[in-house]
Amino acid sequence: MEAKGRVFKYGDNVDTDVIIPARYLNVSTGEELAKYCMMDIDPDFVKKMHKGDMIVATKNFGCGSSREHAPLAIKCAGVSCVIASTFARIFYRNAINIGMPILECEEAANDIEDGNEVSVNFDTGVITNITKNKTYQAQAFPEFIKKIMKADGLVEYTKKRLEK
Amino acid sequence: MGMTMTQKILAAHAGMESVKAGELIQAKLDIVMGNDITTAVAIPEFQKTGAKEVFDKEKVVVVLDHFTPNKDIKAAEQCKSCRQFAYDTNIKNFFDVGEVGIEHALLPEKGIVVPGDVIIGADSHTCTYGALGAFSTGIGSTDMAIGMATGECWFKVPSAIKFNLVGKPSKYVSGKDVILHIIGLIGVDGALYQSMEFMGEGVKELSMDDRFTIANMAIEAGAKNGIFPVDDLTIAYTKEHSTKPYTIYEADPDAEYEREYTIDLSALRPTISFPHLPENTKTIEEVGDIKIDQVVIGSCTNGRFSDMKIAADILRGKKVAKGVRTIIIPATQKIYLDCVKAGYVEDFINAGAIFSTPTCGPCLGGHMGIMAAGERCVSTTNRNFVGRMGHVESEVYLASPAVAAASAIAGKIANPENMEG
Repeated sequence: MEAKGRVFKYGDNVDTDVIIPARYLNVSTGEELAKYCMMDIDPDFVKKMHKGDMIVATKNFGCGSSREHAPLAIKCAGVSCVIASTFARIFYRNAINIGMPILECEEAANDIEDGNEVSVNFDTGVITNITKNKTYQAQAFPEFIKKIMKADGLVEYTKKRLEK
Repeated sequence: MGMTMTQKILAAHAGMESVKAGELIQAKLDIVMGNDITTAVAIPEFQKTGAKEVFDKEKVVVVLDHFTPNKDIKAAEQCKSCRQFAYDTNIKNFFDVGEVGIEHALLPEKGIVVPGDVIIGADSHTCTYGALGAFSTGIGSTDMAIGMATGECWFKVPSAIKFNLVGKPSKYVSGKDVILHIIGLIGVDGALYQSMEFMGEGVKELSMDDRFTIANMAIEAGAKNGIFPVDDLTIAYTKEHSTKPYTIYEADPDAEYEREYTIDLSALRPTISFPHLPENTKTIEEVGDIKIDQVVIGSCTNGRFSDMKIAADILRGKKVAKGVRTIIIPATQKIYLDCVKAGYVEDFINAGAIFSTPTCGPCLGGHMGIMAAGERCVSTTNRNFVGRMGHVESEVYLASPAVAAASAIAGKIANPENMEG
């Protein structure tokens, strides 16, 4: 599995309130939430981005609320991958559970700049910065998490487990 | 190698003799909880699993507390879907307007959570119940859905940070000041993926309400959970509120902690978190002249009876400053009624404050106190992110109920110690 796109770069502690402000939490479908993705940190994000583009940020991305609406809005907006030095833990498991690709890689998070063209190989965890002609190695996911991601999320994974 | 209290609870619920940090486990759940915002997303995911019934009607809890009483038509539709789901699945613990309180004050009050439980809640402040010596953590809607269907959840066993509490806090230093101080010390990701294990002789100086407030904000340091040892106070609280059987777990003497901090409670001062991160803490002596437009006293962090009491004690016989909208929100119907009986509601209204039905409302910028550009609020809530309580150019200053009440009177951030007499 691979992804390729242009990067939107943010800093530390991008919280779930700026990813999807609570004033939009009275809707619960991904399609509707996607319209407001990144609204309070980058109001024109949805207008500027193209399907397949990526978000890169430094530490503690997705801190704050447990709202799954945050990775859901990002996924449904068409973002192909979020790369960060670290993720807040609820965002991390929510992204995995809904099949939103994420990668932890401090070197990539620090080095990649806004507007860079980047590709990601999810099988190897290799991140390639096409603009800078550089590669970075993301941390590999544990086998169990790979299985959830391969099943496109926890619901499908659980369905298969229950069927057995 | 010994286990921490958190690790012991997780091991027992995974059916394992021991677990170690980093291990991925599947644990049995005692309670699965969601609110109106997160349950609405969980319902379709639950249905996708093919499950016809929840795993246990006694163990699934739905609390309509965030946008209630319904703030708009879309919120009303969300609540309607949650209500229908609760009726269809016939769950025992469904709380709608009239019975509802803010989830993390309500569940302990109703005796739904007890020591030794493993609890997941689709709300980040689910870590609150760690105050009772339970493992309790926030998760998302999909985890809630799977938890409701299977009664299980996957966890990565957390490593731990030990907070050795010593000394006794002074009169106007509360659990809120303790946790704000700690977040200021370690940062908003200082405990990322880890458990915060509070212990030491200072624990006995903290009321249950203080412990709930401290555990509540463990997430604001990035923690998976915060947890307190079970002592006589915990047992008395549990027996008063619940008939559920409980289990006391204790950390092994040789449990491993990645870091240790000693917090001298007697040295702490009233503490305020400045915009826009909870880690931006200052003591009351350091705040300077910060004029305010609004005060909120309430939330899952500080909407309990003792919070109402200290606010009433400070506001009684005084007036809030002209132009400071003072919004006081008891966290549950019981606390509301206790405030009526104690005469606090008269104190609040005479002081020029308003007293609202329980709701999460303003804390997350939902309703009941949204701010315009340039406005400032001193709030007893838990987050002061950009736009948290309204416009992206508004500001939230997190503080204790005592500081918030004193600030309402002064019209600027004020020290409750100077309000006496």
